[in-house]
Amino acid sequence: MTAKEETLLAGEGEPCALEFRDVRFQYDSEDFSIIDRLSFRVRKGEFVSVIGASGCGKSTVFRLVNRLLVPAEGTILVNGEPVTGKNQCCGYMPQQDLLFPWRTVAENVRLPMEIRGTFTMEEMERKTEEALRSVGLDGWGNKAPKELSGGMRQRAAFARTLLTGQDLLLLDEPFSALDYLTRVSMREWLLKQWEKERKTVLFITHDVEEAIFLSTRILAAEASPVTHLRSVDVPLPYPRTIKSLAEPEAIRLKEALIGLLRRQERADRPQDDAAGGGAS
Amino acid sequence: MRSGRSGTRAANLPAAVLVFILLVFWQASAMKLDAAYILPSPTQILRKLYELRGPLFTAHLPATMRVVGISLAISVVLGAGLAVLMEESEACAHALYPLVIASQTIPTTALAPLFVLWFGYSVWSKVLVSVLFTFFPITITVYDGFRSVRTEMKELMFTFGASRAQVFFKLKVPAVLPAFFSAMKMAVPLSVVGAAIGEWLGAQSGLGYFSRRMMTQLDGAGVFAPVILLSASALILTGIVAVLERWFVYWRGDV
Repeated sequence: MTAKEETLLAGEGEPCALEFRDVRFQYDSEDFSIIDRLSFRVRKGEFVSVIGASGCGKSTVFRLVNRLLVPAEGTILVNGEPVTGKNQCCGYMPQQDLLFPWRTVAENVRLPMEIRGTFTMEEMERKTEEALRSVGLDGWGNKAPKELSGGMRQRAAFARTLLTGQDLLLLDEPFSALDYLTRVSMREWLLKQWEKERKTVLFITHDVEEAIFLSTRILAAEASPVTHLRSVDVPLPYPRTIKSLAEPEAIRLKEALIGLLRRQERADRPQDDAAGGGAS
Repeated sequence: MRSGRSGTRAANLPAAVLVFILLVFWQASAMKLDAAYILPSPTQILRKLYELRGPLFTAHLPATMRVVGISLAISVVLGAGLAVLMEESEACAHALYPLVIASQTIPTTALAPLFVLWFGYSVWSKVLVSVLFTFFPITITVYDGFRSVRTEMKELMFTFGASRAQVFFKLKVPAVLPAFFSAMKMAVPLSVVGAAIGEWLGAQSGLGYFSRRMMTQLDGAGVFAPVILLSASALILTGIVAVLERWFVYWRGDV
């Protein structure tokens, strides 16, 4: 599957939305590289989920793209341009909504535009209003964030991410803090947004079902340190509903992915024990 | 908000009752002792306050409030300024933090007579005492406020491409306001105490000075009357800070 994909990518004229080339990264506090010679690509318009056991380094991949971390070696390209220098190249949506309580919802949503500073007040107001309408928060702009429910806050945070004006969106477990029912409807909502906005989405989750439901493709971190990401296509047509998860392909895929992640868990444990024993 | 405030009012009731009981007890024991130069009764103090209202309210209260005003202004600029410096530069933090702490080990009251030698009976000797009392809680509380701005919020600003100045003004300043107002609520009473001690040690006017002069005349009620005024003014000033806080930090507790 990977080989086929490589040729497919090579045949394409336009640059990838995101490409890692032999990227290595090591935390100061650790004596190994958590990301080691990692290469992968994400095509424009894809919805790609990154799954893996907690602590395996999937968040590190994100922090490398949005330049909160700098790779020790290798290159990261967004739209064919290496990410260096001052300019941001992606819209990042964190796990928590992080709406500033001293700003109204609309003021929060327009913050990325304020920071870029290239918009007039009228433009900002118009775009904010559009974004709020598009996420279904029409008329909520003047409310304080605390007046919104958890799901509404995440939608406001998503509107804020859209207004960074970037085509590549990094969503870091954005629904993990929500209750189950809200999470399910937010997933459906997010798919609709993606179909409407046609952005490239890179989505972190530890929820295999969520990854299958949302993605065109899943990148699984099989091992820690991350040396490669196993690419798995999701063979479900869009538009998807909660019923799509009951399709035989979806169930098979879910079992395969869970098997994959558990193998990693088992592989990690004895190693930890051995290291612990050696140290004492 | 409203329910919260009426809640506080109900919570204040036991305190009011306790104060009333203590006052009654004070009044009773003072009347029994019957020696106003040792223990004046609350009613004697109030009568004295009324008798001396001329000099107290037109000369000494304004003199003290002038010291309080100047020292609060200096303390806010100095205290918040130091906190900003320490937040924005690690070198400054390493250099200044120990000094700020060390400044609190100075027994200000013992050194105050020296301040009088340096600045004479001018306003500045009292301002110095008051500032030494006041700037420390502002610096430390505001600095801690900066430290506790959420890392995730700073990172989010970074991913938006925010400059240092934008992070400071759009995130850190609003985020530190609750800490700043907490600091002010500590600083205001301290500045009043500082001003009174400064005046006690050497002045020609002011409530602290007046209280001391009454002491030399063995006028117990006269000692207490300006002290009551000092407490009342500290309470009123703290109340003003609390009102300002509600105005500026309407979102407090939502983070």
